[in-house]
Amino acid sequence: MAILVDSSTKVIVQGITGREAVTFTKGMLDYGTRVVAGVTPGKEGRKIHGVPVYNCVESALKDHEANTSIVSVPPKFARDATFEAIDAGIELVNVFTERIPRADVVQMIEFARQKGVRIVGPNSLGMVSPGKVKLGPAGGPLSECNRAFTPGNVAVLSRSGGMLTETCSLLSVNGIGQSIAINIGGDPIVGSTFFDLLPLLEDDPETKAIVLFCEPGTFQEEETARFVKETSYSKMIVAFIAGSFVDTMPGMRFGHAAVIVHGDSGATRTKAKVMREAGIMVVDFHSQILAAVKKILNQN
Amino acid sequence: MRLYEFESKKILSSHGIPVPRGRVAATPQEAGVFAQEVKGPVVLKAQVLATGRGKVGGVRFVQSPREVKKIASAMLQTQIGGYPVESLLIEEKIDIKQELYLGATYDEVKKTPLIISSSLGGVDLNEVSRQHPEKIHKSFFSSFMGLQPYKAWHLVQNLKLPGKLPWTAQAILLKLWQIFSQFDAVLVEINPLVLTRGDELVALDAHIEIEDDALFRQKERLKKFQIEEREDKARPPTQFEIEAARIDRADYRGVAGRVTEFDGDLGLLIGAGGGSLTTFDAILRHGGKPANYCEVGGNAPVSKIYKLAKLILSKPGVKGIAVITNVYSNSRVDFVARGLIKAMVELGIDPKSYPVLFRSAGAFEQEGYAILKKYGVRYYDRSTSMDEAARLAVQMIKKESQIGHTG
Repeated sequence: MAILVDSSTKVIVQGITGREAVTFTKGMLDYGTRVVAGVTPGKEGRKIHGVPVYNCVESALKDHEANTSIVSVPPKFARDATFEAIDAGIELVNVFTERIPRADVVQMIEFARQKGVRIVGPNSLGMVSPGKVKLGPAGGPLSECNRAFTPGNVAVLSRSGGMLTETCSLLSVNGIGQSIAINIGGDPIVGSTFFDLLPLLEDDPETKAIVLFCEPGTFQEEETARFVKETSYSKMIVAFIAGSFVDTMPGMRFGHAAVIVHGDSGATRTKAKVMREAGIMVVDFHSQILAAVKKILNQN
Repeated sequence: MRLYEFESKKILSSHGIPVPRGRVAATPQEAGVFAQEVKGPVVLKAQVLATGRGKVGGVRFVQSPREVKKIASAMLQTQIGGYPVESLLIEEKIDIKQELYLGATYDEVKKTPLIISSSLGGVDLNEVSRQHPEKIHKSFFSSFMGLQPYKAWHLVQNLKLPGKLPWTAQAILLKLWQIFSQFDAVLVEINPLVLTRGDELVALDAHIEIEDDALFRQKERLKKFQIEEREDKARPPTQFEIEAARIDRADYRGVAGRVTEFDGDLGLLIGAGGGSLTTFDAILRHGGKPANYCEVGGNAPVSKIYKLAKLILSKPGVKGIAVITNVYSNSRVDFVARGLIKAMVELGIDPKSYPVLFRSAGAFEQEGYAILKKYGVRYYDRSTSMDEAARLAVQMIKKESQIGHTG
């Protein structure tokens, strides 16, 4: 059963009474995800689409069993909410909140490491294990989600939430399904990078090919290339790097907070070069992902 | 938010890190007065938020106080990186024996804070890491513990300083970390930290960047240092960009903005973050000339999309518009369609004859396509890739140029 989420996934939503959380909680329930409780301080006793709301994670976990949390609280409370989830024994924390200060993010990640907890995000729209489970707003409402995400053997990891849907839709329209689709988050520092997730995918029997949607900025792609090369990674990877025009505009920010290039640092040309050297199939146009994936699947 | 050198030095100095004696001057007279006080050679440094000012005359050494006014006056009339030089930092000239580097930032791979030291200062650190990687020393540490004295001590050993100076450098490093952590900085650099002929360590140049997303909890501290909040831009925003930002700010729901102006003829209403990057590249690779970059997503309401579409359609030189987004899951296709049509109708543009291409899919796509059909706009669904849509848009503009009719 792919990675990170499976039939044992039971979810709490921290900040469930927020505008966006109310919407994506509905989307998750419709998809069949077991959302067992929500947490919003001061709102205990309410129900969101039938999901009971608690004042704190601990009291929610007294009444319900859960191993996964989605953090959808304002940025200034996100570190505390994440600590709370980790402390209460949650194993996977998917942080939806964007604009969390980096000083807080590194502490969230460090505490999670100490406790053996995985963080996906921040600034992540979640993940879809097609036909099984979905976390967060990824893919949108049920009917939309079912059109874009279909069960299969391609793992899609994306720095962009919207392009996660587009990439999976491109594959699905052409009859290629996905084992797992994850929006790792658009921030400079995230709990689960491409190179953090690749080892899990290598061991996943459902995954036969991997697609990475990359963006300018950070050293994530460079480090991923290094990892793939050094470990002689066994599965084939297709990568598309969006925003090569950003290379020519140093210091300008486009899109996500992480999308900024300084000289060679973070430039797409560097990323493409090192990824190709590592044996990753880097395509120039997004739609070429399809042909590359087909090629891999046919070889298998 | 990047701080000016004089602001950064004010912070350094308040934490006990030595900086050269200096003053901020907005007029040649002020610079002249300071030069008289110093009586020796001074350095004039343009206070701009652009990098590489040294290479374009933004740093001038002046031997005699008499020349200061003249040179200051000339510098105050220049522009660096598109920014007018509005003030100068005038400082006593320091006699340098050696230039070093100290910096604090975050490491995106290890996901921890990081302190960097180098015995090669005064040049771009990236340059040093390419040519003399062995001269760069890094120390990673727990974000909960912060920089501990022993770590700072280890790092300063690499600087090979004489006498008691390693202890001084250790103290400076610990203060630098304090500043980094107190101010929610993402970068604090002292480059160079110089060893003077008198064997003192002085921060000759400093660069602090505070994280925009942490400004909410830095207001008091910044006020104390009389530092105003501002938005960083690699160049001053254009009128077009200012107007687009105003539209986006006026409504908190979703994004219809983040516009960057270009001088092409194809207006772009694209989205969202990653989708905009993908589309913009595809347009360029197919030989198109975009008039703008933008992002539409996060379920922005019709009112906002319509205002942005109107702004783009009214931009001089725009011969057509391409609306290309990724398959939307949380934004509504019909909102984008409505926003576009409303803008065209209001501007008196006939959607049937004007060069317009629409490719979007996802939530409420049928409603969206129905509107477009009614107004005779060419539209494409998810079976046409974003790349193909970009190619068709470029082709559409090329045809338009050949006909020579401008809608």
